[in-house]
Amino acid sequence: MNPTLPAPSSAVSDRVRPLPPMSSSLMTKRRVSNNVMKGLCGLATILAIIPLFLVLYYVTIQGIKVMNPAFFTEVQRPAGDPGGGFKHAIVGTLMMVGLASCIGLPVGILGGIYLSEFGQNRFGFIVRFATDVLNGIPSIIIGVFVYSIAVLPVSRATREWNDPITFSAWAGGLALGIMMIPTVMRTTEEIVRLVPQSLREGALALGDTRWHSTLKIVLGAAKGGVITGVLLAIARIAGETAPLLFTAADSLYMNLNPSKQTASLPVRIYLSATSPDDHWNALAWGGAFVLVAMILILSLLARYATRARNV
Amino acid sequence: MIATPPEKRSLFKRQSTLDARTTDGIFYWSTLGFSALVLLLVAWLGIQLYSAASPSIHKFGLGFLTSSMWSTSDDPIHPDTYGAWPYIYGTLVSSFLALLLAVPIGLGTAIYLAELAPKWLRTPLSFMVELLAAVPSVVYGLWGRLVLIPALMPLQTWLSDHADSVPVVGRFFGGAATGQSMMAAALVLAIMILPFISAVSREVIKAVPPTQREAAFGLGATHWEAIKGPILRTARSGIIGAIILGLARALGETMAITMVIGNAPNADFSLLSPAATLSSKLAVEFAEASGGQQSALMYLALVLFGITIVVNACARLLIWNMSRQVKGSTRA
Repeated sequence: MNPTLPAPSSAVSDRVRPLPPMSSSLMTKRRVSNNVMKGLCGLATILAIIPLFLVLYYVTIQGIKVMNPAFFTEVQRPAGDPGGGFKHAIVGTLMMVGLASCIGLPVGILGGIYLSEFGQNRFGFIVRFATDVLNGIPSIIIGVFVYSIAVLPVSRATREWNDPITFSAWAGGLALGIMMIPTVMRTTEEIVRLVPQSLREGALALGDTRWHSTLKIVLGAAKGGVITGVLLAIARIAGETAPLLFTAADSLYMNLNPSKQTASLPVRIYLSATSPDDHWNALAWGGAFVLVAMILILSLLARYATRARNV
Repeated sequence: MIATPPEKRSLFKRQSTLDARTTDGIFYWSTLGFSALVLLLVAWLGIQLYSAASPSIHKFGLGFLTSSMWSTSDDPIHPDTYGAWPYIYGTLVSSFLALLLAVPIGLGTAIYLAELAPKWLRTPLSFMVELLAAVPSVVYGLWGRLVLIPALMPLQTWLSDHADSVPVVGRFFGGAATGQSMMAAALVLAIMILPFISAVSREVIKAVPPTQREAAFGLGATHWEAIKGPILRTARSGIIGAIILGLARALGETMAITMVIGNAPNADFSLLSPAATLSSKLAVEFAEASGGQQSALMYLALVLFGITIVVNACARLLIWNMSRQVKGSTRA
């Protein structure tokens, strides 16, 4: 079949003239600029990903060098003394992430439920905005804030005349917990909102109470997504250094008492990397390897949980 | 009617003996309380910073922002006199330079991921860019300090030797090459904010209605012309929002910068000399400070808090506005 265009009526063709045929040089120019710009976008993507590989490469190569049982079972030795490990820092990080979860998860998940189930009003809008603000506040300011509400007053109340400031894992956990809230809250809200309305209506029609249907049925259906949010939040705070500098501070000793100052992986990496000692620098790479591995595993788990989600 | 066996009748176990109205009320108010906690937290944070900084605010006023003096209480000539200018300068310049590097690359990546990449490549590439955002700041700092700076040294030495005498450009490359410098900080910072810019821009570009693209193709546009014209124009305010969001990240970034910038209060134009930012000053000095110095550092924190809040609010409003235009829904 040979499709032919209907001849334009003479009235239209007087006013609407067909475009002049495009010169081949203009066509070439357009084609070339099309390909050049597409190529540049691809190049930008490659440039964006190179640093990732460089960072992961160095962290792995330099980190593997100091991976031995002692790294996980010994505390750091004084500068200049080879050997030793980051046991105290790994334990400290786990402890403070645990404390942070005790604060961040209830507030984040229940707050998120409020936003999705009851928050279609002005108050919900304000809370959402506050969550975004909290998410955007630099982590070091959270550290300064927690220092002034949870470290300084406690020190003033308890210390003798010239004692040092009493930094504590409690304060570190509080700072990290505050940082967790926005991520957990917004993911919970978004995921819970995806649960079909019919599930809620079904539960209520069977005579269930609102609180029970929300916690059991709605949250149960949204479980995978909420777990993703929680894992991502934990992955984010596990690597935070700045909020811990003035709250949990640092220590060279193993410590399980949350009211004492406590080492953490990020702070130990920072202090070991900035020390002039070569062996401490090497240990910092080891710490970074463990930290990045932890975060990668959490991120992959989070992705897996999302994939398994069936809301 | 079908008679239900008695043991199957109650589908939901009730442990509480309170009636449903009370428990629902408790549930509603407790979730409301938890979400209100965020509001209280932000307000408390602002008030607490202000009150801790108030001795300095009363002593120095707004002159604090432009003064370059930082002398602690043991300084014989100007005891307890503080000013924030070099740190504000360092924060603004390092963030601006980082944007200069990260915006073209981030935007190109976003366009590639949203429009050009083959389907099978999109998910793994997007995941890699997201991974870039997941690597902790302190690891970038470690890498920047122990790998990037030694690698930059030859370039810096060359620039210091040769570009110094060039008329205008020379101002940016004055002084000796020191390794830890504004240049290193801007590079590391650019790497760190890139994923934020590209991830948000990609979402915004994806949100452009397909009719825009199809109309452009229908008029005979090449793929790039379709991107440049209708797509980017529709996504413009969202992309600006993404860039400002990246700027907010850059302004508040602490650890990586502290480890590579050298922490010297220079407000000269040289990219080769060490500098300091508001956040790096806090990270280095806050733990040991007390009295007037601590109050001045709190003032620094308040300035940083103010800057990031304003910048973040702008970004959120732009993105929110954009998604309302495009989708007709509120996705703040």
